[in-house]
Amino acid sequence: MDISFDLTVAWAVLLVLSVFIYVVLDGFDLGVGILFSAFHERRERDVLMNSVAPVWDGNETWLILGGGGLFAAFPLAYAIIMPALYAPIIAMLLALIFRGVAFEARWRTERAKKWWDRGFIAGSVVAAFAQGVALGALLQGIEVEGRAYAGGWYDWLSWFSVITGLALVAGYGLLGATWLVMKTDGDIQEKARSLAWGFGIATVGFIVVVSAFTPFLEASYAQRWFEMPGILLAAPVPLAIAAMAVLMFRSLAIHKHEYRPFVLALLLFALCFAGLGISMYPFIIPTEVTIWDAATPWISQIFMFVGAVILIPIILAYTGYAYWVFRGKIDPEKGYH
Amino acid sequence: MLSSFDPVILARIQFAFTVSFHFLFPAFSIGLASFLAVLNGLYLKTKNEAYLRLFQFWVKIFAIGFAMGVVSGITMSYQFGTNWSVFSDVAGPVIGPLMAYEVLTAFFLEAGFLGIMLFGRDRVGPTLHMVAVLAVAVGTAISATWILSVNSWMHTPQGFEVAENGQYIPTDWLEVIFTPSFPYRLAHTLTAAYLTTAFIVGGVGAWHLLKGRRDNPGVRTMFSMAMWMAALVAPLQIVLGDMHGLNTLEYQPQKVMAMEGHYESHPDGAPLYLFGIPDDENQELDYAIGIPKLSSLILKHHLDAPLAGLDTIPDDEQPPVSIVFWSFRIMVGLGFLMLGVGMFSLWARFRGSLFTNKWLHRFALAMAPSGLVAVIAGWVTTEVGRQPYTVYNMLRTTDSVSPLGAPAVGTSLMFFILVYFIVFGAGTFYILRLMAHAPEAGEPGLTKADGPVRTAGITPGVEEDPERFLHPEETTEER
Ligand code: HDD
Ligand code: HEM
Ligand code: HEM
Repeated sequence: MDISFDLTVAWAVLLVLSVFIYVVLDGFDLGVGILFSAFHERRERDVLMNSVAPVWDGNETWLILGGGGLFAAFPLAYAIIMPALYAPIIAMLLALIFRGVAFEARWRTERAKKWWDRGFIAGSVVAAFAQGVALGALLQGIEVEGRAYAGGWYDWLSWFSVITGLALVAGYGLLGATWLVMKTDGDIQEKARSLAWGFGIATVGFIVVVSAFTPFLEASYAQRWFEMPGILLAAPVPLAIAAMAVLMFRSLAIHKHEYRPFVLALLLFALCFAGLGISMYPFIIPTEVTIWDAATPWISQIFMFVGAVILIPIILAYTGYAYWVFRGKIDPEKGYH
Repeated sequence: MLSSFDPVILARIQFAFTVSFHFLFPAFSIGLASFLAVLNGLYLKTKNEAYLRLFQFWVKIFAIGFAMGVVSGITMSYQFGTNWSVFSDVAGPVIGPLMAYEVLTAFFLEAGFLGIMLFGRDRVGPTLHMVAVLAVAVGTAISATWILSVNSWMHTPQGFEVAENGQYIPTDWLEVIFTPSFPYRLAHTLTAAYLTTAFIVGGVGAWHLLKGRRDNPGVRTMFSMAMWMAALVAPLQIVLGDMHGLNTLEYQPQKVMAMEGHYESHPDGAPLYLFGIPDDENQELDYAIGIPKLSSLILKHHLDAPLAGLDTIPDDEQPPVSIVFWSFRIMVGLGFLMLGVGMFSLWARFRGSLFTNKWLHRFALAMAPSGLVAVIAGWVTTEVGRQPYTVYNMLRTTDSVSPLGAPAVGTSLMFFILVYFIVFGAGTFYILRLMAHAPEAGEPGLTKADGPVRTAGITPGVEEDPERFLHPEETTEER
């Protein structure tokens, strides 16, 4: 049983990794969709969309891996979480459909272009909000009885989950804005820089609010954050988040860096993720189901593990290469020569 | 209002609606990916411009169809959990890993090479481009293989044991992947995808021929290639379907009884009913018109062989007969009509009138969507015929469902219907508009002008060339 123990943790790590990759990758391209509403000129919108068009489909494949991985490695958790978060998940799926087809359809029509633009914005905002709501609902706790979800169909809705929903919209907006600072020049970059400020402040504010509420949602969270030995692990996280936020704002406003704000925003997300992990571990559904309760049997874990350790590095290498090829600015002026 | 509905029925309608919608796109893109690979290979070998022209023509359509397949597919992978959570919990250890392998081996492969396939001809050179085209075609086939393995396991489950907590635990992966119905289903479904594409391509060719574009080598070539496929593959599909049916008779006899409309047993030779109105309540086929003994001949290869009927099956284990009975007839009827087109085209080809026979062209045009209808009819036969089980003889549909009320499922169902019709309706409209345009010499393919195709995946397909997206109005005007 020793081996099985290790594989469960390994799968939890792999899953968290793919969700994290999804959040930061699709985070910035959903963020660009959110910011679309702040840019009104056609030229600006074209540049915005083109800054993410080549990569966003690959980004979303990580969402399939996240969902599929949860199903495959922790089927019980998948079976409880999905019905519990029914409405936000369905809303996210529908929003992603709108958004995905808008990418393509917007270029095939003149008459309906503005409608596809609206669909693109709405799809991005709704998808981000729904993901945040889902996260909040998971954190605040899900009612479980036996092996099934036992709550109602709008238990997910609470002040807390609405706040986490807004928090994710703000956070994705920040990722999108810093991405644009990196990828564009001139007036678009200037605008993105000031948007990054606004969304950055909002994000930090939401981090404070959410962190202040979280420990009081479940006794075990508070224990983790305020008592020994958990506090040893937990205490540095808020400090690091504060430091990171300061660095990011300085880099954005004082040094006017181009690449660094994006990287710092990513690190901010990574730290929030670590904070979440500290609250939740070892639960996959807080205080109800641990990763070991939910784990698929060893024979299924090992069968997939072989494939995953071979294939995921190849996929990562490939993705990294694609981003490398796409480094550099989109030059909005060149077209007018 | 919604609460008066049965949530299980609503969940079934939602699953059937979304998966049928999804499958329309894979059925087309699996076949089209291979067709594009053949076109590109022929072009590289012969340097005949007509093949390149066709490749460029169809690759644009492929890009849109593929995009719609992807977004409708993402929905599917979440629906097992949202709507069939008990099924997901119980069967997850068996089918979850297979679906994870589908993501890792097929979806990332497709996302990876699509960009090069669509935009890379000039950038990576012809060899690497050909490799990418093949990789995408192979990727779609790998995807089909994994998901059909999952589906076949649900029809003919084996290679697992039931654990104390009720979960199915795999004991032998090879047995899980290669279940008895898997080879038949895979062959029949892949062939169906090829036929679907052949008839769409043939229909588009026929339309342009009817419009008098007989001298366009692209139009001639595509019509001729499609008609070869129809002539050769339609008969093959009938043979494969027959073998599939025999396999089903062995493992899921009540499904075949429902397909045949055999309520009563026939101890000495069963008739093949061509028509009739199934009446589940009284367990009889009204107004039946049948050919005596033919069913025994087809299924048992003997005129007087006895065949059991639904009277041997307890009522609560019978599938709903009328749906299965009719969907099966639609599929088989279309199969024979496809054969008819194939034979007609052989005759016309032999007479030298392949490009001039207007009746052939009208027939082919009318049959353009036949593959799409047949694949949906086939899936309905297969899935409804498995009822009342999701995992055959193991797990009932009513026991598989999520603990959700009718208001929740009813609301989501309405939204799915609304969004799918708007979004995929628009996509289909753009596809039809591309098809209405005859393939020209120097057909531009997916050029800069078309904007960034979202399916470009994670590959360096689209260049960040601002000229392209700064002047989209010059090139993407309404046609
Ligand atoms: C016989 C073939 C077949 C069947 C039965 C299904 N699919 Fe499918 N699917 C494909 C063949 C395919 C494909 C041809 O490989 C697609 C179409 C476009 C694409 O990207 O791959 C695809 C796309 C696709 C995607 C998006 C992949 C991407 O982003 O590249 C997902 C998540 C699924 N499918 C999931 C499913 C599920 C959960 C199904 C069952 C209920 C299902 N598919 C039935
Ligand atoms: C006339 C000849 C045909 C026969 C005898 C036939 C037979 C069958 C049978 C018996 C099944 C049900 C298998 C099961 O029990 O699960 C089936 C399913 C199916 N058929 Fe056909 N079929 C024919 C033509 C076609 C055509 C022309 C198409 C599409 C172009 C098609 C597409 C499908 C699909 C997609 C399925 C569901 C997947 C599967 O279970 O394989 N069939 N067919
Ligand atoms: C893409 C092709 C498919 C089509 C068109 C299709 C079609 C259908 C239809 C029409 C139903 C409704 C049956 C009814 O309500 O009586 C259904 C149900 C279902 N199918 Fe499929 N199916 C497909 C593939 C699959 C695959 C690959 C799986 C498994 C991985 C699957 C799993 C299910 C489940 C869980 C249900 C719900 C329970 C049920 O009603 O049987 N289907 N499908």
